[in-house]
Amino acid sequence: MKKNLIRVKNLVTHYGERKILDGVDLEVEEGEIRVIMGGSGSGKSTLLWHILGLYQATSGSINVLGKDLNTLKFHEKHELLRNMGVSFQNGALFSSMTIGENVAFPLTEFTDLDENTIRIISRMKLEVVNLGGFQKLMPSQLSGGMIKRAALARAIVMDPKLLFFDEPSAGLDPVVASEIDDLILKLRDAMGMTMVVVTHELDSAFKIADKITVLDQGKNLFTGTVEEVKNTKIKRVQDLLERRARHDTVDPDEYLKRLTQENYTIT
Amino acid sequence: MKVLVENIGSKVVLAVERLGFAIRLFLDCFYWLFFGRKYKQKLKLAQVVEQVRVIGFDALPIVMGLAFVVGVMLSIQLLYAFADFGAESQVLLAIAKSVTREFSPLIIGIIIAGRSGAALAAKIGSQVVSQEIDALRVMGVVPVRYLVLPPLLGLIISMPLLILIADFMAILGGAFFSVDTLDMSLMAYLKESFDVLVIEDVTQGLVKSVVFGIIIALVGATTGFNVTGGAEGVGRATTTAVVASIAVIVIADMTFSYFLTQPL
Repeated sequence: MKKNLIRVKNLVTHYGERKILDGVDLEVEEGEIRVIMGGSGSGKSTLLWHILGLYQATSGSINVLGKDLNTLKFHEKHELLRNMGVSFQNGALFSSMTIGENVAFPLTEFTDLDENTIRIISRMKLEVVNLGGFQKLMPSQLSGGMIKRAALARAIVMDPKLLFFDEPSAGLDPVVASEIDDLILKLRDAMGMTMVVVTHELDSAFKIADKITVLDQGKNLFTGTVEEVKNTKIKRVQDLLERRARHDTVDPDEYLKRLTQENYTIT
Repeated sequence: MKVLVENIGSKVVLAVERLGFAIRLFLDCFYWLFFGRKYKQKLKLAQVVEQVRVIGFDALPIVMGLAFVVGVMLSIQLLYAFADFGAESQVLLAIAKSVTREFSPLIIGIIIAGRSGAALAAKIGSQVVSQEIDALRVMGVVPVRYLVLPPLLGLIISMPLLILIADFMAILGGAFFSVDTLDMSLMAYLKESFDVLVIEDVTQGLVKSVVFGIIIALVGATTGFNVTGGAEGVGRATTTAVVASIAVIVIADMTFSYFLTQPL
């Protein structure tokens, strides 16, 4: 039996007063590609940041690579983060460094490898994402798709066990988006990485996912394989799949209050 | 009235919060300086050398030029003021003491706040906006160690060196304007100036400059890390960093002047 690399139990989080996640459970097996879907504001990015240990949860437990984030010391957390790679929505490449320096950065920070080895490793990773020869360019000289691929190369340069993607295909044209999907599949098959992909692109999700988790209003609405998600009878999941607008019922009292009350803030 | 009190209250809370943030940054910097190696958060010497080059060496032309001008300015004013008492010969002493104790740390502090403080705030601020700080954190790099410690050390090293050069240039500037009136040779003026200076005069300036360097780094980093609101926020943070660090420098200067001139 494969072991679970990520186990989230009953996670509740707040942003200020507002509740973002309301009791989320999530288990991701080794070697699996898990897609987390949901509309904007459903809490999918928040869940990702909590698994990475960047924020403190209100309650609930998160276990990553066999370590409980709640009991982990500051330094152990940093140790753990070196086994994970993250590809950000906008790339988040260091704008003052070249592509090559960006990709080599984790190696220069955390290993004692000599310059030549670091150069060779980082160029190999650039070849993996089809950016061979681009190492001298600055991030501002690249297109959106190239930036995402370069960020991916940086995320995998330390050969992490776990790889996270925040909206890998957002803002890309369909061809480039599909290339990124192929790259994700290729990486999993070649390197056996476990991946968590946060996205709201349906085509992309169906193409890459082993299992899909649908979040809605901070709750885990549904988890299943692509087929199960397509055949589900749950209305809100169907809404998401068929791009139907939400038709929430309006509470007249609350509506009036929002319109008239001075200093109204959402709680 | 209620709004006014509310505004004052929230401003005070914010100021205290920022002060706490800056103190935390300062302590963190020294923690990582001494214990970073143990946790693979080693400070790279090359980064500090680079900062000394950018903050110190690259500022040399402007610092030397302005220090010279300040020296000339002081001698113009002092010659004019002392002429009433027929005490022109005291100009030399006044320039030497006021420059080393007061003017060069203050003027250089303000120049470096405008140059390097603003740059630090803008750099960190834009990295916050573009998620580069988050990228550092998820890689397991402590942002303070990578982004704040090198410029802090760079400033602590560069400021006293700049002050020594500025002291010399300002005295040279004073000499340049007053040798004619005092009927002295340039060399005699300089030699006389260095004779009247005691070690405390110079060290007072150096102590102040180190404190100003720390202030510039902490204010710049604090405003940078607290940027909100995209590109516009970065611009606002840069302005705030310069204004706030100059204000804090002037106040710190007064405080230090008072305590360092008290008889022991």
